[in-house]
Amino acid sequence: MSFASAFTPEKLAEAWEIVVRDFPLALWDTLYVTVLATFFAILLGLPLGMILVACDEKGIRPWPAPVMKVINVIINFLRSVPFLILIVMVIPITRLIVGTSVGTVASIVPLVIAAFPFVARLVEGSLREVSPNIIEMAQSMGATPMQILLHVMLPESVPSLINNFTLAITTIMGYTAMSGAIGGGGLGKIAIMIGYNRYKYAVLYAAVIVLVILVQVFQSFGSWLARKCDKRLKH
Amino acid sequence: MIELRNLSKSFRTADGPVEALKHINLTVNDGDIYGIIGMSGAGKSTLVRCINMLERPSEGAVILDGQNLSELSDSELRQIRHQVTMIFQSFNLLMQRTCLQNIMLPLKLLGTPKKEAEDRARELLGVVGLPDKANSYPAQLSGGQQQRIAIARALATEPKVLLCDEATSALDPKTTHTILELIRDINRKMGITVIVITHQMSVVQEICNRVAILENGSVVEEGEVSDVFTNPKATATQTLVYPEMADGSVTLTSGKQHIRLTFNGAEAAGEPLVASMAMDLRIPASVHTASIRSINGKAYGYMLLEIPGGPDELARAVKYLTGHKDVLVQVTGEYGKEGVR
Repeated sequence: MSFASAFTPEKLAEAWEIVVRDFPLALWDTLYVTVLATFFAILLGLPLGMILVACDEKGIRPWPAPVMKVINVIINFLRSVPFLILIVMVIPITRLIVGTSVGTVASIVPLVIAAFPFVARLVEGSLREVSPNIIEMAQSMGATPMQILLHVMLPESVPSLINNFTLAITTIMGYTAMSGAIGGGGLGKIAIMIGYNRYKYAVLYAAVIVLVILVQVFQSFGSWLARKCDKRLKH
Repeated sequence: MIELRNLSKSFRTADGPVEALKHINLTVNDGDIYGIIGMSGAGKSTLVRCINMLERPSEGAVILDGQNLSELSDSELRQIRHQVTMIFQSFNLLMQRTCLQNIMLPLKLLGTPKKEAEDRARELLGVVGLPDKANSYPAQLSGGQQQRIAIARALATEPKVLLCDEATSALDPKTTHTILELIRDINRKMGITVIVITHQMSVVQEICNRVAILENGSVVEEGEVSDVFTNPKATATQTLVYPEMADGSVTLTSGKQHIRLTFNGAEAAGEPLVASMAMDLRIPASVHTASIRSINGKAYGYMLLEIPGGPDELARAVKYLTGHKDVLVQVTGEYGKEGVR
């Protein structure tokens, strides 16, 4: 079947039917997988990023260098495994946590495992933006390393963290499309299973358009929120 | 009282160890406003950070009211740091927090109940003259106002000692003056000992009662500010006291007589001192070089006069000029050969 013949009036009418019938559920699946995966990725990545900064050789509470080396190697390893392969690699873990390795809920596990090291690096970047002068100020008033993290470094980097979490959620949404390949639900699954495998290119494009709009919405909201939260800008 | 005993600090660098401080001995008495002055790289910042142990000295001791800080553990030091607080050149306020929250920070770290901390912070906003800025963010404030908030924050835990690390170096002369006045007020009214680190002689001149001059990590001169000013002995001190001589732009004509006037907040800013001397005594002194700033109607700076005639004219001129309040008169020959009348 040629590419152009996928856009005849009949094909488009059929595609529209599929959009109306399947997209609401797929959209919901994509959203809740993305949001849940991002939530857990931040839950793990935020403390890990804090450790990367605070326990660094030159941090406010250094850990032994070999420990930090191991942590960094693990993060780099997880970051360098291609996501499709990671999904397969972590099947035993997914089974352990969810009870099955296929389906929408199961796709959250590899997403979190792929995303939390990424989030940790983003958090590390945000926290490193806090000026050493500010940290010295906190030390000069007798703050403990934990107090410096919680009362100084985190609040000071809120706008940067919001920007980076926005980057994380849009990236994770991109990954959810890939998890469609192993039976995770969502727009990605529709794009591949119906749009590509069954030559309904109009459906494929429709799914992509919805994904693009979603990313735009998240990005705009995140950027707006970060700007609104940043008290360095005069209001 | 703070005593620094044989304090040394060296850093390991790629080019071998660098001695930032060498065998420093100083005593700061309660109620002092103690100036530590030096050119950049003299070791001032390291010295002030050794006082509150942000830098642990390599050798020697810092003794605060009989307690040797160098022997304390990290957690004991955190307690001390509520008594020895610090303000900075770059203010170092939390930019994402309101002024009130900034001032409450040290109290929050101590676990002070929120209501009590807030009351204290509001009181301090009044002390530093910004009672209406409670809910403003630092970005909405001028540099001088930000430093006021930083001062309020430093006072929150009712410290015994306030360390000022180049606290006015980022401010314009007028704002510098008002901040220094605030620091002096705090020193007088609250009895807080102040240690001022600066590279500006004018700062020392304006508020300090004692001063130590730091050069290449050593104290080269120490004493009452008026003494050090009147009779600077070390070359480093002379460079700081007579900046116009140091850069070689002004040289005294040998064989001529010179008088140096130092204005230390004299009310005489509007008074034509030199002109009236020329009229009253008929000594037409020429102004060799001068640098005078007028702050709130008071004069700060110096003036170098060349006095024509012989020793008799010189003596009459000195007699005429002496007696003006806050004007220091010196007969100046060459460096190190000065007589003060």
